Amino acid sequence: VIAAELTERLFRRSAGRLVAHLTRSLGTEHLGLAEDAVQDAMLRALQTWPFNGIPADPEAWLFRVARNRALDELRQLATRSRALNTLVGEPASPPQMGGAPFVDDQLTMMFLACHPALSEPMRVGLTLKVVAGFGVDEIAAAFLVPRGTIQQRLVRAKRVLRATVVPFAMPHEQDLPERLRDVLAVLYLAFNEGYAASAGDAPVRGELCIEAIHLGTVLAEHPVTNRPEVHALLALMILQASRLPARVDSLGALVLLDEQNRELWDRAAIARGFRHLEQASAGDCLTSYHLEAGIASCHAMAPSVADTDWSRILAYYDQLLEVDHSPVVRLNRAVAVAMVHGPEAGIRELAGLDRDPRLRRYHLLPAVRARLLERAGRAAEAARGYARAAKLARTTAERDLMERRLASLSA
Amino acid sequence: MILPIEKSSTFENMSPQDMQKIVERYGKWTKALVQGKRLVDGHKLSDGSGRVLRTAGGKLTVTDRPHTESKELIGGFWIIQAKDYDEAQKLCGDCPHLEYGPLVIREIEGR
Repeated sequence: VIAAELTERLFRRSAGRLVAHLTRSLGTEHLGLAEDAVQDAMLRALQTWPFNGIPADPEAWLFRVARNRALDELRQLATRSRALNTLVGEPASPPQMGGAPFVDDQLTMMFLACHPALSEPMRVGLTLKVVAGFGVDEIAAAFLVPRGTIQQRLVRAKRVLRATVVPFAMPHEQDLPERLRDVLAVLYLAFNEGYAASAGDAPVRGELCIEAIHLGTVLAEHPVTNRPEVHALLALMILQASRLPARVDSLGALVLLDEQNRELWDRAAIARGFRHLEQASAGDCLTSYHLEAGIASCHAMAPSVADTDWSRILAYYDQLLEVDHSPVVRLNRAVAVAMVHGPEAGIRELAGLDRDPRLRRYHLLPAVRARLLERAGRAAEAARGYARAAKLARTTAERDLMERRLASLSA
Repeated sequence: MILPIEKSSTFENMSPQDMQKIVERYGKWTKALVQGKRLVDGHKLSDGSGRVLRTAGGKLTVTDRPHTESKELIGGFWIIQAKDYDEAQKLCGDCPHLEYGPLVIREIEGR
């Protein structure tokens, strides 16, 4: 019995790589078959490795078993199809796992999962399942929806891809910027879901951030997608994630930016974020990711909230508002306004947001207002705001935070 | 000899990450046995439940499991080196399999 060790997250990442690689041979219409074959291979590993030991090259082992499962399945379907012939003609051992063809397949799969024929929830679901290798239960837990909903969404997504007859190929060059925008949007959505902890208390949420960054890195390192906007998003995600260790205290409670122990911020990640930010500024491309990464970089550089370059942050928000007119941007900008021009100015900025239906149930609107009211010395109004925010909070961690603030007000 | 008895379909619907965690737990357990020079051998048994031969009234019958109603399977086995049952029991007390089913320990005579 050999006792080789598995690298961290090997199964999840292999799942994505192997499904992509098999789908290239099988064709998009057999995506489901590829997924099943890979799932079976992993199950088989589970039944074999405890007794026979972990093989020296686990991913190659998984690939061989998955490939054989796919072949068996195709033969049973008795489709003397192109898929069967292609797969039989392929080498039985996988290409170098980190090698170019392998990464190409993974990239192609990312674009396929974010195909314009799919709705955004479908894109997110499919990306997390077939590209990032998350399980249905994990995705359901992260987005706080029943497992059946995710399951159905995935089935429908694959049906749409079959019906649309999407080939397993990279987008045409002239479509690339737009298609890439869709892929980045999905990665950012997955990242935010993990970062904001806006729903659910599942431990998978930190993993969402890690995998979004991982896939962003795959894009940034590939010659076809090594573009400024990719580096901008990657910089943004990495800089945000560098604060994750300080975001939750030893009791699991959320800690706000101004109370975080900045010693806990991941310095190596910050350095990496800055390197990508630098690569993002090549050329004259300016996306909202650039601006948001710029804001994140101001925080990352600052030794404290008071010593933060808030006027620069406000300038970024002003620019951001021009490309992204969402109420959430206006809400965040109000915080910057308050830091530059005082809490009352910030409170005035919030005035128009109450009527926005998109923020009606968003707990951060009353939370931010309460914070500014508190700083302006208007404790009674602040208390009402915290109480309302606690009522709207979607997770226990967020609710606890609001209740703590409320308690500290009356103390 | 250690025989883990499992109920079929324990691992349906598991995510890749969950599966890796289980493999890692077994890896840790076997590694400790290897380091203590306790693990002699281990093998997965081929899929299926094999065959069971019986004679009744001079006639041979063949079934595929010991008891017709039983759904319990043995997926593989380990052979470890131990002074006596007490020691073997100690070595198996943290075997990850115990989460999924019972372990049977039998001494191999003459080894």
